[in-house]
Amino acid sequence: MHSKAPWGLKIAAGLGLAFLHLPILLIFVYAFTTEEKSYQWPPPGFTLKWFGVAWERSDVWEALALSLKVASISTLIALVLGTLCAAAVSRTRFFGRETISLLVILPIALPGIITGIALRSAFNLADIPFSFWTIVLGHATFCIVVVYNNAVARFRRLSGSLIEASMDLGANSFQTFRYVILPNIATALLAGGMLAFALSFDEVIVTTFTAGQQSTLPIWMLEELVRPRQRPVTNVVAVLVVLMTVLPIIAAYYLTRDGEHSAGQGK
Amino acid sequence: MPMSTAVLFKQVSRYFDQVKAVDKVNLAIQEGEFFAMLGPSGSGKTTCLRLIAGFEQPSTGQIEIFGEAVAGVPPYRRQVNTVFQDYALFPHLNILDNVAYGLMIRGIDKKTRYQAAEEALNLVQLSGFSARKPAQLSGGQRQRVALARALVNKPKVLLLDEPLGALDLKLREQMQEELKALQKQLGITFVFVTHDQGEALSMADRIAVFNQGKIIQVDTPQALYRRPNSPFVANFVGSSNVLPPEFVKRLGLPAQWASLRPEDIQLVHSAGYSATLLSHSYMGSANRLQLVLNDQVLHALVPHHLALPPDNSQVQITWQPSDLHLMESA
Repeated sequence: MHSKAPWGLKIAAGLGLAFLHLPILLIFVYAFTTEEKSYQWPPPGFTLKWFGVAWERSDVWEALALSLKVASISTLIALVLGTLCAAAVSRTRFFGRETISLLVILPIALPGIITGIALRSAFNLADIPFSFWTIVLGHATFCIVVVYNNAVARFRRLSGSLIEASMDLGANSFQTFRYVILPNIATALLAGGMLAFALSFDEVIVTTFTAGQQSTLPIWMLEELVRPRQRPVTNVVAVLVVLMTVLPIIAAYYLTRDGEHSAGQGK
Repeated sequence: MPMSTAVLFKQVSRYFDQVKAVDKVNLAIQEGEFFAMLGPSGSGKTTCLRLIAGFEQPSTGQIEIFGEAVAGVPPYRRQVNTVFQDYALFPHLNILDNVAYGLMIRGIDKKTRYQAAEEALNLVQLSGFSARKPAQLSGGQRQRVALARALVNKPKVLLLDEPLGALDLKLREQMQEELKALQKQLGITFVFVTHDQGEALSMADRIAVFNQGKIIQVDTPQALYRRPNSPFVANFVGSSNVLPPEFVKRLGLPAQWASLRPEDIQLVHSAGYSATLLSHSYMGSANRLQLVLNDQVLHALVPHHLALPPDNSQVQITWQPSDLHLMESA
């Protein structure tokens, strides 16, 4: 039986949600405002012209393209390395396994600023010039964690004898991976990959330390904020970023939720 | 005509760190045989099975499968298939694809392999389940699928790891008969691991009794039961009165360990050994008696309809001389 929540609780919950989401709503509203120099409330009028302006501006496109490229490649690297790492930690026993497990997760627990400074000084020491690839490397550090966490949880639920059964039935390691392991961890990888993509796509701190002259979309937005002209363009782009990051995260949520029942009932 | 040897162990040992899981085992399993590896848990029987399958490699010694040394040959290149204890069905595949998996890996076309898989499912009386997922089957049905999935590859040796362990008693008895019939019908060498001596006795042509990584005795069920070679085998296979050498000597026999099965002891009116009846318990088909003879406690099983004297009275007991089996080792 569900009892009705008292009014006080309802109001408190409403306020909490409003506190969390009203600012985001404001960003959406300002994408349509007619006032371009300052954020004035209430907006003096509404217009769609900023979408057109944003569409025309090449710097938006460059930043967006860079962000997409960085996110895709970091996610790809994370998928490969994260899966391998998860396989090693969950499928085998070796000296220092728990330590490695912790070390892999650490980058996401560390403040981004630490990761950023560490990477920057490491790149400096190794005389690596800042470039597209340094951004990718920076992002990959935390993307791996997300993939690893998803994959390791799924690997643990995968009965070990499934792999032996596959080998027993004539499949070599590659075939076993292709026909048994991959189908069983696919949803976890997809979810991990989407989260990693979303994380990379709106990352600012690590990017600030590892980027050269290029601006990813979030960096571009930061730079735009100090400019007096065409402010709503930033909001248009913000709307875009919200959509691009929220949708994968929601998808990932549903994928892993369904995955609870689909894999690992080998017993 | 002598049958060829399906599996041969030559002085095979397998160590895990300091533990000798399998210790200098010599074994020859004949072609077409239903062979059981029996022993308590941790006795090395499962490791031996895994050595045949290729999941483990011997630390020392050599294994031959149909005359070929298999050192270093990975599981996927051995003509043996395994029915796993937890069945290990692929959860993402339906029953038909599970059974057809081995054929799919070998690159056999869809039509042929599905036909073969259907036939294998027929063999284990599971036709009509093709489209289901393993999670939708009962334990007994999953076991049959695991069996079909192994058999469809026409292995030269079928390995079964505690195949009936997870089933309830009724189903287990039924599967025992079916497995036995299936083995006769197919003529494939079956090697199965069990800790259940009843299962081994009722199904196997020959049994190897394992203890602490060593094979204690290899024999037919009858020989194993009638002529155990050691107190361990006498106790592990069925129940027995294991008699110490001193006791046996007082009966006028050589001072050796001996085994006397409880059902071989009879109550007589005269001309037997004089023993004290300590207690009795009703078992349904029989009465189980606890007797003392020459300070040695003996257990006896007597028919349930036999009238018993009161506890703590003197009784006369006897047995056929051939029923008291002298054992070689302690």
